[in-house]
Amino acid sequence: MRDWSAEALAALEAGLLEQVAESNSSTALEAARVAILGRKGNLTAKLKGLSGLAPEQRKDAGRALNRLKQSVEAAIEARKGALADRELEKRLEAECIDVTLPPRKMNVGHLHPLPQAIEELVAIFGEMGFAWAEGPHVEDDFHNFSALNILPDHPARQEQDTFYLPPDAEGLQKVLRTHTSPVQIRTMLSQQPPIRIICPGRTFRSDHDATHSPMFHQVEALAIDEAIHMGHLKGTLVAFLRAYFGIDDLPVRFRPSYFPFTEPSAEVDVGCDRSGGRLTVGAGKDWLEILGSGMVHPRVLQNCGLDPERYQGFAFGMGIERIAMLKYGIPDLRPFFESDIRRMRHYGFLPLEVPSMVRGL
Amino acid sequence: MKFTLSWLKDHLETQASLEEIAARLSLLGLEVKGIEDPAAALAPFSVAYVQEAKQHPNADRLRVCTVEHAGGVSQVVCGAPNVKTGMYGIFAPPGSVVPGTGLKLKPGKIRGEHSDGMLVSEREMNLSDEHDGIIELEGEQTVGTPLARLLALDDPVIEIAITPNHAEALGVRGIARDLAAAGLGQLKPFDPPRIAGSFDSPIAWYIEPGAAAYCPAVAGRYFRGVKNGESPAWLKRRLKAIGLRPISTLVDITNYVTFDLNRPLHVFDADKVTGDVSMRMARDGEEILALDGKTYPLDTETLVIADTEMAEAIGGIMGGEASSCTEETVNVFLEVAYFDPIRVARTGRRLDLGSDARYRFERGIDPQSLTWGVEVASAMILEFCGGEASHPALAGCIPDPQQSVTLRYERVESLGGVAMAKERQIEILQALGFGVDDAGGYATCRIPSWRPDIDGEADLVEEVLRIEGYDKVPVTPLPRERYLPQAVLTPSQRRRTQVRQTLAWRGLEEVITFSFMDGRQAELFGGVPDSLRLVNPISGELDVMRPSVLGNLAAALQRNADRGYPDLGLFELGPIYRDDTPMGEPWLASGLRHGLMVERRWQGDGRPVDAFDAKADVLAVLEVLGAPTENLRTSLDAPAWYHPGQSGQLRLGPKVLARFGILHPKVAASYGLKDAAAGFEIFLDRIPPSKAKGKAKAPPEISAFQPLERDLAFIVDRDLPAESLLQAARGAGRGLLSQVRLFDLYDGKGMAENEKSLAITVTLQPKTGTLTDGEIEAAVAKVVAAVGKSTGGRLRR
Repeated sequence: MRDWSAEALAALEAGLLEQVAESNSSTALEAARVAILGRKGNLTAKLKGLSGLAPEQRKDAGRALNRLKQSVEAAIEARKGALADRELEKRLEAECIDVTLPPRKMNVGHLHPLPQAIEELVAIFGEMGFAWAEGPHVEDDFHNFSALNILPDHPARQEQDTFYLPPDAEGLQKVLRTHTSPVQIRTMLSQQPPIRIICPGRTFRSDHDATHSPMFHQVEALAIDEAIHMGHLKGTLVAFLRAYFGIDDLPVRFRPSYFPFTEPSAEVDVGCDRSGGRLTVGAGKDWLEILGSGMVHPRVLQNCGLDPERYQGFAFGMGIERIAMLKYGIPDLRPFFESDIRRMRHYGFLPLEVPSMVRGL
Repeated sequence: MKFTLSWLKDHLETQASLEEIAARLSLLGLEVKGIEDPAAALAPFSVAYVQEAKQHPNADRLRVCTVEHAGGVSQVVCGAPNVKTGMYGIFAPPGSVVPGTGLKLKPGKIRGEHSDGMLVSEREMNLSDEHDGIIELEGEQTVGTPLARLLALDDPVIEIAITPNHAEALGVRGIARDLAAAGLGQLKPFDPPRIAGSFDSPIAWYIEPGAAAYCPAVAGRYFRGVKNGESPAWLKRRLKAIGLRPISTLVDITNYVTFDLNRPLHVFDADKVTGDVSMRMARDGEEILALDGKTYPLDTETLVIADTEMAEAIGGIMGGEASSCTEETVNVFLEVAYFDPIRVARTGRRLDLGSDARYRFERGIDPQSLTWGVEVASAMILEFCGGEASHPALAGCIPDPQQSVTLRYERVESLGGVAMAKERQIEILQALGFGVDDAGGYATCRIPSWRPDIDGEADLVEEVLRIEGYDKVPVTPLPRERYLPQAVLTPSQRRRTQVRQTLAWRGLEEVITFSFMDGRQAELFGGVPDSLRLVNPISGELDVMRPSVLGNLAAALQRNADRGYPDLGLFELGPIYRDDTPMGEPWLASGLRHGLMVERRWQGDGRPVDAFDAKADVLAVLEVLGAPTENLRTSLDAPAWYHPGQSGQLRLGPKVLARFGILHPKVAASYGLKDAAAGFEIFLDRIPPSKAKGKAKAPPEISAFQPLERDLAFIVDRDLPAESLLQAARGAGRGLLSQVRLFDLYDGKGMAENEKSLAITVTLQPKTGTLTDGEIEAAVAKVVAAVGKSTGGRLRR
């Protein structure tokens, strides 16, 4: 090409741009680019031809040719982008899936209501400074009965439907603890007041029907110091019951009762409503017995090596199944021990939160 | 304990309403279990007068009556043969429910005549089976008198629960005394009559020396010429109201005094008794046919009341059939005894024989009742049965402990929390029958003979508070020992929550199963020591303490599978039982998965659970708890309840932290599981505590240089545990080597029969500069050499 006229250059530019525009795939575009700008490309050849021109002419032609080259390069870039977009579009179309299909599942299990209730108890009593104490389920007579002032022929002892284990060589029989009170004994024997503990855990009585399970759970609390009196027992229980049930004005009633290990002793009722055949805890016409309590019997303190003239305090206990049923609306004992997946998923808790007072129970 | 309101008022002068009395009883510790008002069901029915009874125009057997009743005058159509003009009957108004039929009356027409209400029969009122005619009242009556009052049924029955310490409330008088002390009226005076008697009792009491400890005293009296017929109506009514069947006057009197004054009695037909009567211990082999019609074997631990021939009664529990009083009884010998509570309780338990007498004696009766009990019973016998009384007969010495307890007045506040003047305390104690000596700044209180339960100063505080009312105890917050609560959980208690959350997030459902299991199935889990076999299990399926939780989980999985949920994983945090010591109850996290781990779905088939699911559960828990999982070794010695070839134990040094694997097919089959089950048992107590102190951490080691990976495939012996190869690789080139991961196992085509290929990725993490090819080659060569040396593995080319 020897014509360096403006017309010739314009014609060349138009031809090259058309070549770019007609490239219909990135491969074709690359081929066009090589054909134009490659080592043997026609624009490259034209640029090489500049060297044969007179300096004056070379300057003008060089400028014009450079502009032409930039224009073609820009066209190639633009075309490249357009082609890439088109190809991506095609790919995306090919990659289309049915997103209405169900995804991979991750099953999350449920936490059992009883440990959940225990966590709630721990959260509330923890705020009041009570630690969580534990003890064995297989107990001896001393810890389960006699240290608690439950003597062998006491009617209270006969009423407890104790599970017995075989006598040992000396004729002593261990039992499955009938309450969590032995943990109180173990605590008083092993640590000096002030004592504030709760002891939730498994308990056992040989009773099995719709309303009794041979294994059930109790929580007991013990507070021992020098000046703890019955008013503190009331204060603690009223605060606990209102926090646990989340009812600020829950009526709480204390009635005299009898337990061998407390004196004075009290049974505690909460207000409830039974109208319409449904039991709801809260203000209402009726009372619902919920726990037993009292001031630790001086003889129990003595049995644990504490001087009852110096130390005194309160204890109370309740069934965890019962308070869990009332709070979570569980109608009977079946959901607790039958491991029926239908009830577990219904009454269980997702492992999202550990109960705490400040988060709300 | 049941009693009626009118009975209570025999002892208590009160204006209080039934509701007030009931509410106060509960607050006194005599919890009201129920109030039954027999008048309630009869409330709509009252006396009516038949002004006229004329023939029904359309029916031969019916009369159309004009009836005057409480609500006015109504026309009633009546079919009873005995209805007639001028009679008094009982009217049931429309809207009332007839107790005998349960039907609600509606106004209607009978054969064209209006009938508004009904004249009723005894059967319709549930009074008897009489239905031949309507009730016809004799004599002049007042229209509108309630039927219940007419029948003296307007006496509510109150039932209270008796705690073991309130024996005195097993008599109506004791209940009245509490109510009076609490300000609900005046206790009426109790003046037992004094009956001298006119002759010496032909039967004498003896207490054999061996029996004196169990029956220190007995009183009695001989009656001759009595007539033992039916009791007076009021007496029968009261007994019936509290659920006792009237039998004969003599027997009814003993029952009445038992409930009225908490003074059990017994009467012998004196003509059936041979010689004198004595309290003695029974002989081995002796038997007695008791009043309940059953024969009881006696032994030398049993106190009996015997004549010279045989045992006639079981002391404090039940009389014998042979000497019982009947309608023919003419001569009677009365027994008023004091029995040792423990002896009565033991005998009653041994014979499994309960009675109202036993219930009272084993809780402790008033020993002084020997004196007045004879007189009260005598007066009733003479009044209702006639005859003649002997001089009292007495043997032994009435126990009179005369015990006193000191009450420091300030204890009512320092123990009970109630500030109370000493005068008020004394007033309460005296009202309860205590003799109070106020001297020296405290009260010396003589315990009334009917309160054997009183036990120390704290008990007196309880008595004072009980009468004053527990509602007077102020609600006092427990003092805070510090401004903010401190953490109270032990590390192992915190861990339990962490474990539960981890396992739930892994898809396992939390359960709580019994600590018991079936002893036969426990054998599958290593058996149970004899010391953990229950003597009195609830059933054969729950007769031993569980040596593993997996059995209970397998049973639960099977039940769920039967309900249509076979693909399920369960876990439980709880103890297993090794021995009967306090240390023999380690806490485990146990879990069992069954069926499909991954459900069948559109992307592919389901995948059954395998041992690695269980291993993953274990490792997840161990990692959450901060156990050094990289240092754990798997040993192939899991216990026998696991599949021998698909199980292992994870050890830290020699210590087994957990075991896992497929449940042994025999075990799974014994629980009826159809598919494989993968289980684990984690010994929570054995996992070393986290070493971290506080929450502050050292800065992380983050290298400025990129890590690089090399894949290495080794050919090794087919039975080489993969863990050995990984260990060897990890052991090589510590420092540069940051991770070794196994990504392939191949034992297919191209492998020799006794060989397999294990492929690992090693990650090299340069710390001080980019690695040269030479350094990389050297590090890889070290790994290859280490693997070769300890496993014999060679690189696969």
